[in-house]
Amino acid sequence: MTHQPLQSEVTHHYLRPKKKFPNVWCAGCGNGIVMGALIRAIDKLGLDKNDVAVISGIGCSSRMPVYLDFNTLHTTHGRALAFATGVKIAKPQMKVIVITGDGDALAIGGNHFIHACRRNIDITAVLINNKIYGMTGGQFAPTTPGGMIATTAPHGNYEKQFDVVKLAIGAGASYVARGTVYHVTQLEKLITGGLRKKGFALIDAFSNCHTYYGRMNREGDAVAMIRWFKKHAMPVEAAARIPPEKLKDKFITGLIHETDATEFCEEYHWLVDRLSGKEAEK
Amino acid sequence: MNAAGGKEQKGKKSKGIQVDSDRYEIRLSGSGGQGLILAGVILAEGLGIGDGKNVVQTQSYGPEARGGASRADVVVSEREIHYPKTMKLDMLLAMTQEACDKYYPDMKESGVLIIDSTLVTQVPTKRYYGLPFTRLAREEIGIVMVANVIALGAIAELTGIVSREAIRDAVLARAPRGTEEKNKQALELGFSEAKKLKRT
Amino acid sequence: MTMQKAIVKMLQGNEACVYGALYAGVEFFAGYPITPSTEIAEGMARELPRRGGKFIQMEDEIGSIAAVIGAANAGCKAMTATSGPGFSLMQENIGYAYMTETPCVIINVQRGGPSTGLPTKIAQSDTMQARWGTHGDYTAIAVAPSSARECFSETVRAFNLSERFRTPVIVLTDEVLGHMREIMTIPQAGELRVVDRVRPDVPHEWYRHFEITPSFVSPMASFGEGYRYNVSGLTHDQDGFPTAIPEEIKTKLDKLRLKIERYIDEITSFRTEMMDDAHVAVISYGSVARAAYQAVRMARERRIKVGAIQPFTIWPLGEIRLRELLIPIKKVIVAELNMGQLVHEIRRVAPRHTEVFSLNRYDGEVMTPHQILDKIREVL
Repeated sequence: MTHQPLQSEVTHHYLRPKKKFPNVWCAGCGNGIVMGALIRAIDKLGLDKNDVAVISGIGCSSRMPVYLDFNTLHTTHGRALAFATGVKIAKPQMKVIVITGDGDALAIGGNHFIHACRRNIDITAVLINNKIYGMTGGQFAPTTPGGMIATTAPHGNYEKQFDVVKLAIGAGASYVARGTVYHVTQLEKLITGGLRKKGFALIDAFSNCHTYYGRMNREGDAVAMIRWFKKHAMPVEAAARIPPEKLKDKFITGLIHETDATEFCEEYHWLVDRLSGKEAEK
Repeated sequence: MNAAGGKEQKGKKSKGIQVDSDRYEIRLSGSGGQGLILAGVILAEGLGIGDGKNVVQTQSYGPEARGGASRADVVVSEREIHYPKTMKLDMLLAMTQEACDKYYPDMKESGVLIIDSTLVTQVPTKRYYGLPFTRLAREEIGIVMVANVIALGAIAELTGIVSREAIRDAVLARAPRGTEEKNKQALELGFSEAKKLKRT
Repeated sequence: MTMQKAIVKMLQGNEACVYGALYAGVEFFAGYPITPSTEIAEGMARELPRRGGKFIQMEDEIGSIAAVIGAANAGCKAMTATSGPGFSLMQENIGYAYMTETPCVIINVQRGGPSTGLPTKIAQSDTMQARWGTHGDYTAIAVAPSSARECFSETVRAFNLSERFRTPVIVLTDEVLGHMREIMTIPQAGELRVVDRVRPDVPHEWYRHFEITPSFVSPMASFGEGYRYNVSGLTHDQDGFPTAIPEEIKTKLDKLRLKIERYIDEITSFRTEMMDDAHVAVISYGSVARAAYQAVRMARERRIKVGAIQPFTIWPLGEIRLRELLIPIKKVIVAELNMGQLVHEIRRVAPRHTEVFSLNRYDGEVMTPHQILDKIREVL
């Protein structure tokens, strides 16, 4: 009789339990939820652990690869996508996943982010978006909304906010989605879709940093912050049927954008083929 | 790697600073667009690949190289060339007045000056060879662009520094497809015009 | 590459670097255009796709070196090429390569600085940056050619050293060298040694990516081969996992140092000219070495007993060998295109009885033989 594994056993199979636990994340942090969704997505697709590379930069979310039993590369702040580009081009048969944060991907790594989108290189980027710098103790990020408090915005943030989804679409990503750590099933599906997509896939995953963002802005504990996601998320299909004025305090979730553009490594492969054909003719 | 060190002992021991008597320094100069950098590369390839000599080619880069005077330098020697840049020119080709004025002082007293008499009208010395490269290119070959190749032919003939075969092969190796015949003609014209000059 | 009969080519220093890298088996190049190194990227863009290799022009130099390190971990021999400002931008990730013991080659075609400086003019003012460019403690390897032929062979050697010691290796050339054309015979296959990184021969579960071995160099597996290791720029243990344990931290940093220090004789290399009976020596590298040899020829014509020393490996310099060379020397001139960088290292290693003089030029022009000859006569 075959034993149907429990979900926790499945998860365990993809972790490095003996080596790196307990993790560095605060109790109640959404990073673990995203990690669980990623593991289930990988498991669902039946990917071989040896064929998966998980690459990150610096920050709370970027600690994730250390815990995962894949080929893992924990790089420098903001540069994960550039490192990942090298890995993917060198071994196009590998499934390359980037775990990044909003500060990592959009401030220091903004240039690499837009160019990875533009090249439409087959990388799945999961951006854990908690609107703050957590690792360094609560400074405002490019995603921090105006007026909010951070240690480097003690009088309220007077900068404008990035919309990651619009940025990725504008820059040429072929799969752009948004989920939250409340909508766990949806998040898993969005990541699965991103992994299936041949091209650059961005999953903007809203997560909670109750330790800094929540505390400084009186948004409550982890549970309260996750409930906020439940209340304000609007699936993209539903949003289409609702008048814009009713969407004011909502944010759109789901698969927001998908196109079929040629993928970078494929284009390069064609070039190599074309040149070798030419050489043969000579 | 120390081969040159061994040869050094046997090197000609002449008086004063007359070292490297086999070292020959050439400058091809004019203005941007006259193809002098390419001519420098061709000459160096002729000397190095065709004639099997040691050769180094350098040029001016950057703002200095845009507009105004443009130059390519070639150093040739039987021995290993240490210093890659020119120090005192054995031969100067000047394709514009500006280049002639600017680089004439860099020449050795015994150096050979070759000018494009179409564009250089005031020559600072009586000891020079003048040929109307630009006019010959336009009128005899029909393409102004090959003035540099005519000049290469003249250099080969007047200095004997590079063999005819070597310079011919080097020109053809660099000639864009379809222009081989014109380039060959230009080179031959350089040889023959220079020969006339020598006779007079 | 098929190279049956001797191929004689007229190559720019930058082009010779390209052919040297191809000879060494480069499979991946990532770069960003910058004068005076761009011809290397252009050559790679032309040649690599033809040979099934990978080329990418990245969005900046930071991304270029990142992609190189990523590809190296995926198993490729990988490299980039840049100049001053780009080399500065790369420093953080070069440090990452030291820390993660990732083999790769970085060519720096030096130009004048600081800042944007002199894009089209020569300098050797990144000499110290090649040693101490990134933050933290580490031991760097940097090699320096002085001709087209050496651009080829030193690029091959840079790859060999980087594969052999699992470390980034810097090739320091300069604007004059990069752009000048020289005749050279392309070495045939097998003529120069080509080294590949040592691969693990243990079961996957036993593999430790940063294992302490007797040589301090760890065998290196690639991504996708079943080993599933972790690579981190954080100070890590032998498995690559971040550590805060003092003994593990010290072990890691000692490893970075010892794997190079122990093999200094294998890494360093010098060319000497006329040193047998010399009382005065000129030490220089790169383009300046060419002027130094010329100056020595000229001085010898005047019966001045002077010789020249050219280190091919700038870092580590090889102090024991250099001290030996300097024992009979009373006066040594360190000629460089900066305000005096290598001279500090020579002062450190020179025997007590050897007087060290610094000859510098930093106006964007190459040092001339006459300048060196004048200095020789001055110190006599």
